Amino acid sequence: MTHARTLYDKVWDSHTVTADDGGPALVYIDLHLVHEVTSPQAFEGLRTAKRKVRRPDLTWAVADHNVPTTDGREGHVADPESRAQLAALDENARGFGVGYFPLTDERHGIVHVIGPEQGLTQPGKTIVCGDSHTSTHGAFGALAFGIGTSDVEHVLATQTLRMKKSRNMRVTVEGKFGPGVTAKDLALVVIGRIGTAGGTGYVVEYQGEAVRALSMEGRMTLCNMTIEAGARAGLVAPDDKTFAYLQGRPHAPQGGRWTEALAYWRGLVSDPAAQFDREVVIDAASVVPHVTWGTSPEDVAPITAHVPMLDKFADAGKRTQVERALAYMGLGAGQDLDGLRIDKVFLGSCTNGRIEDLRAAAEIMRGRTLAQGVVMLVVPGSDAVRRQAESEGLHDIFRAAGAEWRKSGCSMCLAMNPDVLGPGERCASTSNRNFEGRQGRDGRTHLVSPAMAAAAAVTGHLTDVRRLAPQGDAR
Amino acid sequence: MTPFNTLTGPAAPLPLANVDTDAIMPKQFLKTIKRSGLGKFVFYDMRFQAGGGERTDFVLNRKPYRRATTLIAGANFGCGSSREHAPWGLADFGIRCVIAPSFADIFAANCVKNGILCIALPANEVEALAALAANPATSEMTIDLPLQLIIAADGHGCRFEIEPERKNLLAAGLDEIGVTLQQESDIARFELARVRREPWRNTEDSRP
Repeated sequence: MTHARTLYDKVWDSHTVTADDGGPALVYIDLHLVHEVTSPQAFEGLRTAKRKVRRPDLTWAVADHNVPTTDGREGHVADPESRAQLAALDENARGFGVGYFPLTDERHGIVHVIGPEQGLTQPGKTIVCGDSHTSTHGAFGALAFGIGTSDVEHVLATQTLRMKKSRNMRVTVEGKFGPGVTAKDLALVVIGRIGTAGGTGYVVEYQGEAVRALSMEGRMTLCNMTIEAGARAGLVAPDDKTFAYLQGRPHAPQGGRWTEALAYWRGLVSDPAAQFDREVVIDAASVVPHVTWGTSPEDVAPITAHVPMLDKFADAGKRTQVERALAYMGLGAGQDLDGLRIDKVFLGSCTNGRIEDLRAAAEIMRGRTLAQGVVMLVVPGSDAVRRQAESEGLHDIFRAAGAEWRKSGCSMCLAMNPDVLGPGERCASTSNRNFEGRQGRDGRTHLVSPAMAAAAAVTGHLTDVRRLAPQGDAR
Repeated sequence: MTPFNTLTGPAAPLPLANVDTDAIMPKQFLKTIKRSGLGKFVFYDMRFQAGGGERTDFVLNRKPYRRATTLIAGANFGCGSSREHAPWGLADFGIRCVIAPSFADIFAANCVKNGILCIALPANEVEALAALAANPATSEMTIDLPLQLIIAADGHGCRFEIEPERKNLLAAGLDEIGVTLQQESDIARFELARVRREPWRNTEDSRP
């Protein structure tokens, strides 16, 4: 019998083309997702070297970062640089013959939302994309991670990557979440606990009753944010929820192939005796709605708490960063988080732009309106999410409240498109990064769950959603 | 890629933790379809005021750090986005070595592919080097990759560790894709064996 292995070990072992002792292995890549921002230089590199895409059938391209989210965008993207980048992707996708979801395709959306939707994301696959939030796909028990453009070119040309194996970390979340607590809050708690560098060098597997209880959407949120803890990837072992999500999706195996795949996928769990290099245990019952106060995702606190005092930070570099962050955010140490006035609300992104996220926000906003002066953008993660939401009437709830109902794209998560924060504007955002300038120069980001974003939208300030939500409706 | 042997020039101190790739290369400069010319945008929001004027208090706007070849930073340097535009910008500016207590994984991997040496040292050693660098008179440093040595202006040597394959890639300035393509038969054999063993992986029949 072979030694006990983790899920990560199993996926890794089944993808090593050649392994060099101690050095990097050559790892096979099953699915390569490509977007417009990090791929033009890679395709150009292929052209210069007269190389082809080795497996166009395993390569799928979509434009999401640059695209406007307003109506009529297909015909006209105003920014000439964005337009050139979108045109380059179009030309590269068609020229190299890779799979492609153009802006006009009903399957269009954020790359990490449509991969699962189309059934391209499957358990046990290795999945890469020139985007750090590729970790999202780990929710299906796939080993999924972001790469730079040189590696995008390497995968295009060889369908492999040279890399060293990471170490194994397990985050076990036992118990049940209380009302108003979501996967986003758990993700923020994990980052707050281990820090944004805590996961560096690791692949994190999430286990425990509370993780099993999460929907696929929730697991995607959790794995998505794992990169913010510095980890290469996040993983949740596939189970019946995973299989139910995938069955019948366009690219999922069909018929007899489905049965074969299922038999294989059921083996994709960490062996009970498998050893992890680091263990973190979290009690789900202790997790409350969280919000970030600084400019790093680790600068996070319960909504019931306040901005920490500076003497809490022992490390000099971190203290300097926090001082800078508080000045940037216009906050003082010790200030209450609940009640902090906001100007904008962003609901969307690869972190929280799926149907369940829109439902959670709509539930809070139903029958309520935006607080005076608050602007809210609701940006579905994909066209499919948008259609689903419209079929449920969610768009009517958002519009009746005064929010803008947009088309799919990365939108204000990174503000490469027309959706940006103005200087000094404060935003409750369901995205993943509160870095300086991330949502617009001198914009101030507070990361929250969709329910918390909705609560902020209707009250005009950061608010503990549990005061608004009817009891017993967690997630 | 230019092989990395030794590097001598001013080292610029940037003693902040968690410097992210959004800070190194803000998103508005990610719309280029080229690798070149990004040096003028590196650390843009820190270097320039909203109107475009230079911020005189930012290290890279001061002598001798305008021609810095090494950057000395805080922990978790390069966290966040996978954008390779960050190392492209650093290299184009002239920075070919970053010294910090720790680096984000993807950023460090991207650096190797662009001829930038990331040196991780214990925090106290980084702080000592940053203190030397902060004084323009002692800011010049030599990085010797073959010897794995940082030689400071006061003649002090500081040894660093680096993974052998990263050292080789940097020293040789290798085209990694060319190296991997020599293993084409291994890759083809792997693909064939797998699709026989796990036929449900075959994508041909699921492609529209």
